[in-house]
Amino acid sequence: MSGYWDPHIERMPLEDLHALQEDRLKAIVRYVYDHSAFYRQRFKEAGVEPGAIRSLADITKLPFTRKVDLRDNYPTGMFSAPISQVVRYHVSSGTTGKPTVVGYTKGDIETWSESLARALTSIGLGRGDVVQVGYGYGLFTGGLGLHYGAERIGAAVLPIGTGNTERQIELMMDLGTTAIACTPSYFLHIMEVAERMGVSIKDDTKLVAGVFGAEPWSLETRKRIEDATGINAYDVYGTSEISGPLFTECHEKSGIHVWGDMFLAEVVDPKTGEPVEDGERGELVFTTLHKFALPLIRYRIGDLSILTNEPCDCGRTHPRILRILGRTDDMLIIRGINVFPSQVESVLMNIPEVGDHWEIIVDRKGPLDIMTVRVELTESGFSDKIGDLMGLKKKVSKELKSVLNIAAEVDLVEPGTVPRSMGKAKRVTDNRKV
Amino acid sequence: MAEIKQISLFVENRPGRTAKVAKTLSDAGVNIRALTIAEAGDFGVIRMVLDDPEKGYKVLKENAFTVSMTDVLAVEMKDSPGGLYEIVNTLGQSNVNVDYAYAFVTAKAERAMLILRVDDIAKARRVLGEKGVKIATREEVQAI
Repeated sequence: MSGYWDPHIERMPLEDLHALQEDRLKAIVRYVYDHSAFYRQRFKEAGVEPGAIRSLADITKLPFTRKVDLRDNYPTGMFSAPISQVVRYHVSSGTTGKPTVVGYTKGDIETWSESLARALTSIGLGRGDVVQVGYGYGLFTGGLGLHYGAERIGAAVLPIGTGNTERQIELMMDLGTTAIACTPSYFLHIMEVAERMGVSIKDDTKLVAGVFGAEPWSLETRKRIEDATGINAYDVYGTSEISGPLFTECHEKSGIHVWGDMFLAEVVDPKTGEPVEDGERGELVFTTLHKFALPLIRYRIGDLSILTNEPCDCGRTHPRILRILGRTDDMLIIRGINVFPSQVESVLMNIPEVGDHWEIIVDRKGPLDIMTVRVELTESGFSDKIGDLMGLKKKVSKELKSVLNIAAEVDLVEPGTVPRSMGKAKRVTDNRKV
Repeated sequence: MAEIKQISLFVENRPGRTAKVAKTLSDAGVNIRALTIAEAGDFGVIRMVLDDPEKGYKVLKENAFTVSMTDVLAVEMKDSPGGLYEIVNTLGQSNVNVDYAYAFVTAKAERAMLILRVDDIAKARRVLGEKGVKIATREEVQAI
């Protein structure tokens, strides 16, 4: 099907890739030790010298880093490159605490763009495509990241950013947008507005691909989007700390290719920090092998996933992460049971009477946690017999319980009442006092 | 014969929702002949017979309400004891199930009008007709 952006690297035999990773790991460990007071101190505390890292397996000797380290060393205390080499900053919103600052050298921006150039090529995009970037521009990494990646492969970029939904749809038609990059929840909103405007994305636009991420989304949501619009919806992954959006699924849609020459991905048990077996679920840990302003060593991303080293049918040899289950910090604990919003989503999106938008509200009544899932009733799900509606509530509740193992209250609400988001959807309101 | 089209709406149980329905219809010049609200805790279903159901359906949909159209029967009953019994007994004996029903009194006030949603509308029409029960036409309901 589609070609490769850099066939030599992307199809590199695994032994060669591992040899390259080993060289780069040794080099980056030496580099941070020599240039960052933070890492020098950290390594000393852990009793490890750069010389102790002789093979890839030695990576487990290195201490983890975490988001809290970036916060504690706000703004640039963890940087390894001199500030004069920084050509760009991105800053996280700080919704869950103090903001984090990420810096990029000119080379770091190149690496980032190269990573996305490979990814976008792997879903069949290239010269002649029109890529509408509906991620936020500015301090958030989504907009500029996809922008640079799409420009690099010779596509025309429409840097529209988030919001202005009717204009998004008009320009999509007028300029012949073939791919859109935005959050999946925002795309669902675009679909809704298009319908209201009498525009069929399937028939009235040239859209064939969506690059959706920045929030976890389920296979069921993918199916809904693809069935309704006829496009191919691909998952994109990355976090601001390791640059921003970096990797996507290829056209095979069976896992997100992590470019091993740039990043070393591990999966560890979130509790013990011990590596899990290949193919087992755990927390993703990234070491940046080719990033120099702010290299990160064994950075605990907080996302839960599965890593596989099985080669992909597309011919790329680099490891793949399977779907992101959620972030450890998105996880809700309801009456002692772990609940991921993505699990709720996958249940709801399988029920046709329920709309695309939903939210979770958690309250505490006395000693008891109450989880309420608010779902919108679709036009086709509406029966004017109360019994049918009560039956639907019961059905949603029962299916949630079978997946989550806890009871959830279900509120049927009118379409359009659950808040729509332009960026990352806020699905959870936790009213419990911590 | 054209069946009478009832308009049903899904509404959340919160202040002002019914007012919004009434305002939408009023602004469009659509008149409500009969109305009932069935509530089930946090939501309810409003059912209405309108003088112009197509227009009512259209304006409600444009205002983002979840709305559907259902075929119902409007039968005249004597506005005196036993009026309702005669009708539902006939249906029951003929094995026609009534999903729900609501009544209103016409302006002339000689007769009450019963709106019925049944599982077999053709059969209901036939068995009631055999008993001499008068079934209102669409035009008659519109002209009330």
